[in-house]
Amino acid sequence: MATALSIGAAAFGLTWLVLILLVLVVKGVGGLSLSVFTEMTPPPGSAGGLLNPIVGSLILTFLAVVIGTPLGILAGTYMAEYGRYSKLTSVVRFINDILLSAPSIVVGLFVYEIMVARMGHFSAWAGSVALAIIVIPVVVRTTEDMLLLVPNTLREASSALGMPQWLVIKNVAYRAARAGMITGVLLAIARITGETAPLLFTALNNQFFSWNLNAPMASLPVVIFQFALSPYEDWQQLAWTGALLITVAVLGLSILARALSSKKVQI
Amino acid sequence: MSLAIHTDVKEPAATLSEKMEEKVSVRLLNFYYGAYRALSDINVSLYQNKVTAFIGPSGCGKSTLLRVLNRIYDLYPNQRAEGEVLLDGENILSPKQDLNMLRAKVGMVFQKPTPFPMTIYDNIAFGVRLYDHLAKAELDARVEDALQRAALWDEVKDKLDVSGLSLSGGQQQRLCIARTVAIQPEVILLDEPCSALDPISTAKIEELIDVLKRDYTIAIVTHNMQQAARTSDFTAFMYLGELVEFDETTRIFTNPKQQRTQDYITGRFG
Repeated sequence: MATALSIGAAAFGLTWLVLILLVLVVKGVGGLSLSVFTEMTPPPGSAGGLLNPIVGSLILTFLAVVIGTPLGILAGTYMAEYGRYSKLTSVVRFINDILLSAPSIVVGLFVYEIMVARMGHFSAWAGSVALAIIVIPVVVRTTEDMLLLVPNTLREASSALGMPQWLVIKNVAYRAARAGMITGVLLAIARITGETAPLLFTALNNQFFSWNLNAPMASLPVVIFQFALSPYEDWQQLAWTGALLITVAVLGLSILARALSSKKVQI
Repeated sequence: MSLAIHTDVKEPAATLSEKMEEKVSVRLLNFYYGAYRALSDINVSLYQNKVTAFIGPSGCGKSTLLRVLNRIYDLYPNQRAEGEVLLDGENILSPKQDLNMLRAKVGMVFQKPTPFPMTIYDNIAFGVRLYDHLAKAELDARVEDALQRAALWDEVKDKLDVSGLSLSGGQQQRLCIARTVAIQPEVILLDEPCSALDPISTAKIEELIDVLKRDYTIAIVTHNMQQAARTSDFTAFMYLGELVEFDETTRIFTNPKQQRTQDYITGRFG
């Protein structure tokens, strides 16, 4: 009976997931063409593509990872290695868990207050910082968890060779935990790839191609948001296609993360 | 309660010990895990180029004692040692002691083989690079020498670039011994090095101990009394955190002074 119920529940959940993906693929594939990757977002009624939001998303994600990953790894390393037994660690872990589940729109508003409002304009920098704030807790958590999985015997063995602690961490602990830590970063990227709310208040949007990090920048989620709500059919079509691209990217990242984490059992 | 014991635990009166140098002297050592006292007033010596075995039932403190000798316990808060441990006459328990220098001199091999997640070559070169900046050829020679000493060279010489984790348990343990030997320590601590190994690997490691003592001072913790009898020159019997008897191995196993030692080695308890 319990088995039947749980199978039923699983089937119920999966049905919707499959339906969503099916609709997404059917509607999205129709708009896929080379021009999606080579042309700018068009004004309503004319042909165009998603080049500027695709590049914008890549830039924003890249910067967010560059800002967030080192901070996350350093914090996670402190918690698992240097401060494993300290009170500060439990405090940081608690706060990090809150940050991990904080609504992303709150993060967007926060960055709006500290950056956009002060600078007087929306910018790619603000967008990257907002995304970085989402990256950090994910990376902190996975880094700490993965380092805690590294057996203490390995640390003792390397310390017993007279290795200073920072070398033990760099050469032994990181090496043993590497796959899991990379998985954490990939999951963080997957998480921010679809984030819309923090970008609405920070990077906003841009109809044109831009490398300028001090100016607003287009991104896939925000363009999807804007185009999907529009009454124009060609915009709606581009929104579907954009959504498909994001989904495929996230799927790819998740598969990569899964493949990496299944390899980490080698200690 | 321990006075009576201490009188018996003094230097072994043997002829052997008189011409031997004390490499490590443990004097009135107490060790605490938090408030729990795991070692009480331990006095024992490790003699230069001799093998000293520590035997006793589980939880008697023999591994704890070993972990004091290279201060590996320092990795954990709430663990502390009181008393003196002299290495070549210098107290290593002094807060001024440079721990990395100490551990370079006092190497340790653990119960479970702990190869690093890297190639066989790097497992050994890794420690060497900490202390010496050698040219490639010299480093190669040092790696080979260490693997030879650990009797592992013939088995791995054609696959130095595969992961150390791919070796069998016995090979991994010899890799760990090679790694320890490669940094040229003076004392080697072996903490139940064979407890996870099959009899053939165990025999290899025991042969190895016999060879290694020509160059090093060795302390070995073991649960296996035959192993202690086979490999060591001196044996210390520990019980409930106290050192009950310390003497030449032949005497401990043939004519122990303490009843408790007698009972333990004849298998009446423990």
